[in-house]
Amino acid sequence: MSNVGIVIVSHSPLVAEGTADMVRQMVGDEVPLAWCGGNGHGGLGTNVEAIMGAIERAWSDAGVAILVDLGGAETNSEMAVEMIGEPRAQKIIVCNAPIVEGAVMAATEASGGASLKEVVATAHELSPS
Amino acid sequence: MRALDLSRLITAAADTIVDHAEELTALDQAIGDGDHGLNMKRGFEALRSDANVFAAKPLPDALKAIGTKLVMTVGGASGPLFGTLFIALGKEISADPDNANLTAAFGKAIEAVAARGKSQVGQKTMLDVLQPVRDALAGEKTAAEIADIADAAAKATVPMKALRGRASFLGDRSIGHMDAGARSTALLVRTLAQIIGDKA
Repeated sequence: MSNVGIVIVSHSPLVAEGTADMVRQMVGDEVPLAWCGGNGHGGLGTNVEAIMGAIERAWSDAGVAILVDLGGAETNSEMAVEMIGEPRAQKIIVCNAPIVEGAVMAATEASGGASLKEVVATAHELSPS
Repeated sequence: MRALDLSRLITAAADTIVDHAEELTALDQAIGDGDHGLNMKRGFEALRSDANVFAAKPLPDALKAIGTKLVMTVGGASGPLFGTLFIALGKEISADPDNANLTAAFGKAIEAVAARGKSQVGQKTMLDVLQPVRDALAGEKTAAEIADIADAAAKATVPMKALRGRASFLGDRSIGHMDAGARSTALLVRTLAQIIGDKA
């Protein structure tokens, strides 16, 4: 798919899945979408391997925007991008935006064929400065 | 560093973390999300089971592989932070480092951890132990002195107010508790210093 992909990373698998569900219902199937959440052991948390897997599932040559909740989700997402490595890493951006609103707005922008830069800018507009 | 030494270092580091897992979790329950001990235990047990694999590699490659393993197995924010420390150390260190090379590489590794955590010294994190240890290395302190400096530095995080990580959400309520990441860092420093000190 040529539209920018969206990855949702939350400490809670329920939040991640629920956010992805909102994106699907409000935006449709026009964007590659993946989510991950939880520590893989039944608890809250995020882990690098799961995030790398989600990036693979949502991969688009137009790039991938990642929406995260709390600090560890951001740190782990940045680590995942680094471990995926170049040349793909430069097409993946971790957004500084609220996870639910950011995911829906970024996906809406992406569904119209916007560039990664435009998708990320749309998500960032939601971030309190 | 000979292969046998590295295997022994990894095993000893893992034993220390496993022995202190409950203490680390208790520290993290006070001001964090309460999983630091369990997360670190999982990561270091994974290191221990592959200790011979790491030890068979040249030191820079071994450190990078150790860091990558920690990233993948620790989980939580500690995985990328401790993982970055070892990966960056592996990138900067020589195969047979002298003190100057070790000190320089350690300094670069601390910068990488600070960048990864968007943190700096004084914010009640592992950096508050790593930086004094680097300074002690530069000052050519003995292994025993370095271990004591690391312990004192971890204790010094007690009166600090957390400015990064989950503990920072608590604001002033984070004061009066030792940072769990600072404690695990000091534990690792003491273990490594003891073994390297024995050899010297």
